[in-house]
Amino acid sequence: MTGLALEAINVSKRFGDLQALDRVSLKLKKGGIHALLGENGAGKSTLVKCIVGFYTPDEGEVLLGEHQQLISNPRDAHDLGIGMVYQHFTLVPNMTVLENLVLARPRLPSIIDWNKERMAIAERMKGMPFQLPLDAPVNHLAAGEKQKLEIIKQLLLDVKVLILDEPTSVLTPDEADEVLGQIKDMARRTGLAVLMITHKFREVVLYADDVTVLRRGRYVGSERVGDVSVEKMSEMMVGREFSGTALAREPAADQGVKLAIDALTIEDDSGLPAVSNLSLTVKGGEIVGIAGVSGNGQRELVEALAGQRPTTGGEIRVMGERYRGERQELLRHRFHCLPEEPLRNASVSRMSVAENLGFRCFDRPPHSIGGFLRRRAINAYAQRLIAEFKVSPANTAIPIGNLSGGNVQRAILARELWDQPNVLVVANPCFGLDFTAVAEIHARLMAARNAGAAVLLISEDLDEIIELADRIDVISDGRLVYETTPQAADPIVIGHHMAGHAGEPHAH
Amino acid sequence: MPIALAPFLIPLSALLLSSVLFGAFVWMAGATPSDVYQSIYRGAFGTWYSWQNTLTRAAPLMLTALCTALPARLGLVVIGGEGAVVIGGLVAALAGIALLDAHPMVALVGMALASIIAGGALIGLVGWLRQARNVNETISSLLFNYICIAILNFLVVGPLRDPETLNKPSTHHIGETHMLGYLGDSSIHMGFAFGLIACLILWILYKHTTFGFAVDMVGGNARAARLSGLPVRKIMLLVTFMGGAAAGLAGMIEVAAVHGRANASLNAGYGYEGILIAFAARHHPLAIVPMAILFGGIRAASDLLQRNHDLPDATSLVLQGIIFVLVLASEAIYARMAAKSGYKS
Ligand SMILES: Nc1ncnc2c1ncn2[C@@H]1O[C@H](COP(=O)(O)OP(=O)(O)OP(=O)(O)O)[C@@H](O)[C@H]1O
Ligand SMILES: [Mg+2]
Repeated sequence: MTGLALEAINVSKRFGDLQALDRVSLKLKKGGIHALLGENGAGKSTLVKCIVGFYTPDEGEVLLGEHQQLISNPRDAHDLGIGMVYQHFTLVPNMTVLENLVLARPRLPSIIDWNKERMAIAERMKGMPFQLPLDAPVNHLAAGEKQKLEIIKQLLLDVKVLILDEPTSVLTPDEADEVLGQIKDMARRTGLAVLMITHKFREVVLYADDVTVLRRGRYVGSERVGDVSVEKMSEMMVGREFSGTALAREPAADQGVKLAIDALTIEDDSGLPAVSNLSLTVKGGEIVGIAGVSGNGQRELVEALAGQRPTTGGEIRVMGERYRGERQELLRHRFHCLPEEPLRNASVSRMSVAENLGFRCFDRPPHSIGGFLRRRAINAYAQRLIAEFKVSPANTAIPIGNLSGGNVQRAILARELWDQPNVLVVANPCFGLDFTAVAEIHARLMAARNAGAAVLLISEDLDEIIELADRIDVISDGRLVYETTPQAADPIVIGHHMAGHAGEPHAH
Repeated sequence: MPIALAPFLIPLSALLLSSVLFGAFVWMAGATPSDVYQSIYRGAFGTWYSWQNTLTRAAPLMLTALCTALPARLGLVVIGGEGAVVIGGLVAALAGIALLDAHPMVALVGMALASIIAGGALIGLVGWLRQARNVNETISSLLFNYICIAILNFLVVGPLRDPETLNKPSTHHIGETHMLGYLGDSSIHMGFAFGLIACLILWILYKHTTFGFAVDMVGGNARAARLSGLPVRKIMLLVTFMGGAAAGLAGMIEVAAVHGRANASLNAGYGYEGILIAFAARHHPLAIVPMAILFGGIRAASDLLQRNHDLPDATSLVLQGIIFVLVLASEAIYARMAAKSGYKS
């Protein structure tokens, strides 16, 4: 089953004085996966939003199928069978899988016959690439299952074109393999056309048939995946050969313990223990990595450190003092924290980039004097951060929510890495970043460590932890179950502990 | 439409459209729209006399609008202005009676403070219930309105009643010499200046101070505010307190400048109208001023409408309602336009 499923012709889109897309074309074939690559801010999300009619292109058009039907608004896209899975979940958390699936349908009868729906959906589920428990409430699903549900939600609407915006950034490599493998299978079987945005070459090589590369809003080229090497793709993305800078791990002078977590106990939203009796110390000039499968208490741990969640036992000490996350303490100890999903956890999307970058400094001179803001000073400060961290576009006046996903991440990283942190807590800092940005962020984390910061790195990416950490802890079911060093680290052993298969958790 | 002008043009067209719809309404009610508009104009803005009338009515409206507009920055929909006016006025009258023998200045300051604390505590309680007990602030503030009105009625009819007030049970008088004065030789009382100054100060507070910045952070994303170590609960309490304090002060003004006593006239709908004004002004403290004057004008003209055109006395409410609905609808249109073109408001 081949043939053209969808074609975008010379699509252009401008935001203010930023040309986000400049005459970009793309041909999507039936029965395969088409990868869309590009640096952060290259225009990938903007292109797919034009395809699904969320944005109206300034120029160019999007045509569907052999009959060349024009898509000009979201309803068209929907009626013509285009489905999109956004990068962030759009599920209703306290409803069940079944309810979410039924509610996703555009035209619902006024009275829903749940028994009938359940049977119909159970029947159709059999043809789906993944199975899910229909009666499980969504907030009990792990990230991987939620992503599967998002995809099934679209497939049940009989889409012919499925668009996925960074579908694997919240998944572990195993989960990603499962999801993408199944989707590829389904595409082959049913002629579904899939357009997938990703930053991971591995996924492109393993699952995609074609790849299109964008660079700063321009179309660079489309290739058969078999015909291009990873080096070639990365060169297409950044316009030059990329030479990763090796990380210099300097032997740091012993700076004493800067962050100490003592018998910490934290509950999750439903009042069940998420973290139990967890103790750990991080010295200055050291990176401690916490590895684990998502949903084992990492989120609650980071939230507690960030002051977003109360603890029910134990304590946190920073620079030897009890720490409660109050502003005075945070500034005095130079405690910095970068949680995952910065748009949800660390920024105010309707405030400007400058204001968001000023969160740590707005109440201190010279950024305010006597309680009065000096917006100029805040702006100048933000300009410096943006230049230093190459946030694009370099415009501090736009709302931060308008930045591309990767650039939001960069901007918030800039805020938290600036000003020589003493203690730095980072969770999945490279989600959604392109490969050049990943290398850069890793170098900066290492630099912060070399400068004497105590870094606690919580990541679901084991490679990242092995690359950066001085010590590795494995978290499983809210406890630290295993400790090792990167030199002695054996991914297989670590994987066993992550999965909780290593017998009784032993004291630590 | 140039995007920079949209925030002004859209509410303006909403106002124009409202007048068209209202015209249709009065026409159906048997009056001539153009005459009705003329009457509204004359009653509200036509003469110096009507201006004074309008501004006098706008005074409490500015303050009650703040009661909704301030917490709105935190994403809270507070509709307890009426209750805060009532309780503020009642407490102010009590303070005034207690301070009968004091210097007028002392008495006025005492009354103002009492009303600010009472109104602030009332709406502050709404904020507290929200963050400590997760009680919906809209519902609780609505219920508090009824409770406050009932308390007022009970007290002025019962224990606090001045036996000389026969057909309108009221508290004792606060003393003629202790009444709030007028601006120059107009008949506009000082309350208007209070309202104006309050709007100005709060605008400066929200726009130019670190406190306003912190409020924006909490309102935009409380998680991010916590990450930055802000005392989210304290800020919520403070903002709801300030909103209630403004409406409480409106109650004091009604007592000290108009009635001289607390009675059922405090419950004249200023609080409810403030909700409409706050929304119509998009919760912007400075935009509240012209909106309050507009609504004050409609109030001032309402007598004339009844007398000259034989229209029912709810007619001005209909006009207010139409304006409210259309301004809200224009808001939605604006948001959608903004999303389409890639800008956010
Ligand atoms: N609504 C908007 N208003 C203004 N600028 C925008 C808007 N949406 C996107 N942009 C800008 O357009 C450019 C392209 O953004 P886009 O989100 O398409 O990038 P992307 O390729 O998806 O990047 P990422 O990998 O970081 O998600 C960015 O510079 C972004 O700041
Ligand atoms: Mg994107």
